[in-house]
Amino acid sequence: MRKKIKKSDEDYPTTGHEWDGIREYDKPMPRWWLYTFYLCIIFAFGYMVAYPAIPLLKGATPGLLGFSTRAEVAKHIAEVNAQNAEIEAQLLSTPLEEISADADLVRFATAGGGAVFRTYCAQCHGAGAQGAKGYPNLQDDDWLWGGDLATIETTIQHGIRYEADEDTRFSEMPKFGDFLEKDEIAALAEYVLQVSGQEHDAALATIGQPLFEDNCVACHTEQATGDRELGAPNLADAIWLYGRERETITTTITNSRFGVMPAWQGRITEAQIKQVTFYVHQLGGGE
Amino acid sequence: MTTQTTQEPPQLFEAREPVFPQRVSGWYRRLKWWLMAFTLSIYYITPWLRWDRGENLPDQAVLIDLAHARFFFFWIQIWPHEFYFVAGLLIMAGLGLFLFTSALGRVWCGYACPQTVWTDLFILVERWVEGDRNKRIRLLRDKWSFRKARLRVTKWTIWLLLSIATGGAWVFYFADAPTLLRDLVIGQAAMAAYITIAVLTGATFMFGGFLREQVCTYMCPWPRIQAAMMDEHSLTVAYRDWRGEPRGKMGKAEGDCIDCMACVTVCPQGIDIRDGQQVECITCALCIDACDNMMEKIGRPRGLIDYCALSDEVLERAGNEPKTVWSHILRLRNFIYFGLWGLIGVGLVVALFIRSDFSVSVKPDRNPRFVTLSDGTIRNAYDLKLSNQTGEDRVFHISIKTSDPLRLDLEGTDELSVIVPADGRLHQRAYIFAKPEHSASTSDKSPVRFWIEDRNDGARIYVDSVFAGDER
Repeated sequence: MRKKIKKSDEDYPTTGHEWDGIREYDKPMPRWWLYTFYLCIIFAFGYMVAYPAIPLLKGATPGLLGFSTRAEVAKHIAEVNAQNAEIEAQLLSTPLEEISADADLVRFATAGGGAVFRTYCAQCHGAGAQGAKGYPNLQDDDWLWGGDLATIETTIQHGIRYEADEDTRFSEMPKFGDFLEKDEIAALAEYVLQVSGQEHDAALATIGQPLFEDNCVACHTEQATGDRELGAPNLADAIWLYGRERETITTTITNSRFGVMPAWQGRITEAQIKQVTFYVHQLGGGE
Repeated sequence: MTTQTTQEPPQLFEAREPVFPQRVSGWYRRLKWWLMAFTLSIYYITPWLRWDRGENLPDQAVLIDLAHARFFFFWIQIWPHEFYFVAGLLIMAGLGLFLFTSALGRVWCGYACPQTVWTDLFILVERWVEGDRNKRIRLLRDKWSFRKARLRVTKWTIWLLLSIATGGAWVFYFADAPTLLRDLVIGQAAMAAYITIAVLTGATFMFGGFLREQVCTYMCPWPRIQAAMMDEHSLTVAYRDWRGEPRGKMGKAEGDCIDCMACVTVCPQGIDIRDGQQVECITCALCIDACDNMMEKIGRPRGLIDYCALSDEVLERAGNEPKTVWSHILRLRNFIYFGLWGLIGVGLVVALFIRSDFSVSVKPDRNPRFVTLSDGTIRNAYDLKLSNQTGEDRVFHISIKTSDPLRLDLEGTDELSVIVPADGRLHQRAYIFAKPEHSASTSDKSPVRFWIEDRNDGARIYVDSVFAGDER
């Protein structure tokens, strides 16, 4: 009489597996599940035809839709460039000094400049622009050639002692090891230590002073404060590009130093130069 | 029997046994209609409620603004850094489920789960278009005719409209509802909105119209999980075996059960509650109504199928009085769940009241840690991120407290105050200078406290940081 609504569990076979008296039913899957499985198989074939799938010797089969992740990336980059085209044009037409008045331009220049800096400049100047021995710290307030926007831009455009660029900045300190005796150089070093307010041998410094006046003041000036026109460093301040120690100063006087920075004009775009100029200026040392 | 079935070739799938729940009336059915109306109203109406927050903020009472990473709930506004409120609410929802399951069994499944509510709604439509159980069974067996096609198309059309309304309501939680509705109609809304509506429409149509009880039985993990929350003292829908058996035709058997199958025909899950506790049972309580109606007709006491705990079943079988409903609800396990639930709730409310409507994070520059200036001054740089969570622009004054009189400077401005836009963030670089004679310039780390003050209303908060010196 009574119609069974559902199969009871006893109607199902078991797999024959048994663990500690627990047997495993061999129940079939629900139909929708099976059909989902079939659909997945059909989808997989469709996907294989439509998208890159089968690896061959020179890359995979391209697929009917012609999808490629590289093309996607190129498309996204083109989109971003198109989005930025307007503000980039605005940046190019705005004088450097007026960028800081426009919040959008400041954001664009700082973010873009930061990216340029980390890509091209960080190798020598460090990720935080803190510099290293022989590579100037761009965060401090000491500038060899000047720290205003225009000067920074010129430096980036033409580089330092970069002979391939005609307009590069060039300063050349003679190798005093060729003209002066060792004890003269030692005396000169003591005098440099004296003007920069460090521990020194006063007697030797007195001997060094006339030597400094004869050989060095032309560029470094009488107060040893340097000359930005010539790129001559300030010797009286607390910042030393190669080091403040007696040995380092002696080496510099004897052999001179010729750090080189490449010119970036032509290697990165005008907009990028402007961005990175603004970025470096706002790091804390800009004038 | 088992040996025989193993001889047959194995089936690849088990066809669904169609379920045709019969109409039933009673106390639980009425409760479920009210709950359905209540839950569906919340779902459909909520995005249309307005809440005035001033001109700079949206006026939608409940809005999840993913694009701007803001969550609005009436007077509460949550920013991403306050996501712990959402996490707390989710934990409360989880513990609330534990509490209800431990006390009342699968009430969530039976009354409030969207799958149950929408299936109930779809069955209501089905019954309205095609008739009650017997008519629907006959219609299924009938060959295709104009009448059958007309009934089916009518039913599917109504289902589809309900599904579109369901999928459509969902997207209104994520954008300004009136604007989005207009955009949807004129075809100007974002593709994501159309795709979301399409996916949810399809899912509602399939889940409510065709998959129904299979979602609970095969897809949902909750029936398995809640077995851990229930014990023999949890209330659940059960058949009083000791009273009903042996079942049989009225007058011919000793038990109260007359085997009328009323409890089976009304069951939306297609099971027989008299077989005992089953994973399929969502405790929708419709079999209680069906059985009570029948018991009343034959002049027997109600409650052959009833809410009762398994421990009571044992007591009753032995001829003892069952425990009261309250003694099942007020017990240690439920107090622990409630205590945890309440603790988090109180914590969230307190957190809500003591939170500030602006916030600041200070990140000291660590590359480099400090910069030496030409006069030997040590400079530290800090990245300040100021958030203004109100609807008006605010001016914040920034100052520092240090043991030495160190100087503070802000990049790009000569003042020590900044304007943070309404509902916005400001990124500000700040510098602190220590002269060579200050001890901070030569010690590795000195404490610095940044004070950020809104001088208009006096609200101020501080953030502690450090100043790095040149320890030579």
